[in-house]
Amino acid sequence: MIKIDSISKWYGDFQVLTDCSTSVRQKEVVVVCGPSGSGKSTLIKCVNGLEPVQKGTITIEDQVITDKSTNLTALRSRIGMVFQHFELYPHMSVRENLCLAQEKVLKRSRDEAVARAESLLNRVDLIDHIDKYPGNLSGGQQQRVAIARSLAMDPIVMLFDEPTSALDPEMINEVLDVMIELAKEGMTMMVVTHEMGFARKVADRVVFMDEGIIIEDRPTADFFGNPESDRARDFLSKILNH
Amino acid sequence: MGDFDFGVIIQSLPFLGEGMLLSLWLTFLAIIGGIILGTLLALARLSGIAPLSLLAAGYVNLIRSVPLLLVLFWFYFLVPLALGRPIGSFYSALIAFVMFEAAYYSEIMRAGIQSVRRGQVQAGQSTGMNYWQIQRYVVLPQAFRNMIPILVSQGIILFQDTSLVYVVSLQDFMTSSSIVAKTEGRLVEMYVFAAFVYFVICLTGSIYVRRLKERISV
Repeated sequence: MIKIDSISKWYGDFQVLTDCSTSVRQKEVVVVCGPSGSGKSTLIKCVNGLEPVQKGTITIEDQVITDKSTNLTALRSRIGMVFQHFELYPHMSVRENLCLAQEKVLKRSRDEAVARAESLLNRVDLIDHIDKYPGNLSGGQQQRVAIARSLAMDPIVMLFDEPTSALDPEMINEVLDVMIELAKEGMTMMVVTHEMGFARKVADRVVFMDEGIIIEDRPTADFFGNPESDRARDFLSKILNH
Repeated sequence: MGDFDFGVIIQSLPFLGEGMLLSLWLTFLAIIGGIILGTLLALARLSGIAPLSLLAAGYVNLIRSVPLLLVLFWFYFLVPLALGRPIGSFYSALIAFVMFEAAYYSEIMRAGIQSVRRGQVQAGQSTGMNYWQIQRYVVLPQAFRNMIPILVSQGIILFQDTSLVYVVSLQDFMTSSSIVAKTEGRLVEMYVFAAFVYFVICLTGSIYVRRLKERISV
């Protein structure tokens, strides 16, 4: 479904991604991990074209994202994205946050959009908060609303960019639970995260990055059981031993 | 000086009131027009399209380097020439104020747009909204809200500046006061009263701005 083919990216002279290749098949969950500054967030933002790449190609369902002639706007409406800092629209109620793109992009009627919003809010257990503003919700609640906002567009794939990194520890699980649920339902997902428990439980494959290079790209059990590189072993021992 | 005559003020209140209505109406229209044009200029400047942003930057810098009085004169004499017919001092003054204030409002809106987090734009993009939809529904409402106190402050300055329409013989509050002062020979009374009225209105505005700031920062 997603094919990333030897992409490279520079910020000025600084190379953030070097010759990265990987793929995500339909219904597959791929976790991308690595030390901070390894380029994993940049990689996932390239997938829906939020960040341009200078070399290589990214293809989503036969559409080449990196091609200039591709209608990125239309393609993006089918790729859900969840951000580290939620990025709910602070001047809109939860209901409006969920309805805006449905009405403006998918041209759904108000009734359709609200119905979809309500059913998704039920699912993430926040229907009682539909009239609240993001500023009045906890971080965990905001992130669940953000996930619902993405799902309202009926995406064919969901991208998660460190969805729990900005959360207080006690709120991480409520967000992970929603994501685990999604994975079980067969959503295709690419997830940048430090949550190794989540990776173990639901990921089909783990991509390990360091300094802009994909070092390992292996089935989950292999990665955790027997990491090939010293860097991955080092990373795992640091992150798992406390 | 010993005989400060309140009578002349009370007598001419209806006349002065008309002048005040014109001042307020001109201020109101110029604020609306200035913010709309200023927002477009700010968007042009931040568009990333070189000719567009250069043009907008050039306009803003040109206008900000010229005295308002000169701009008023320009439009008073130039607009009738350009259109081939007189448009009256009210409309020429209105156009001048809108064009002039737009340069200042564009700087305010530019700061406002830049105060909106980049992630907000990315969130809009990731749901498939186009540039205009993101500006219209996500960025500008937040930019506007963040900038309301400064926009109102600029409006207060604009209100004071409308007294300059004196030079194109438009009868605003200042001009009306001046007419009464001269015809009645009561310069001291009328100019003190005019100053007092401007002071009260602008002070009220400033207090309102302070309240707004407190409410927004909470």
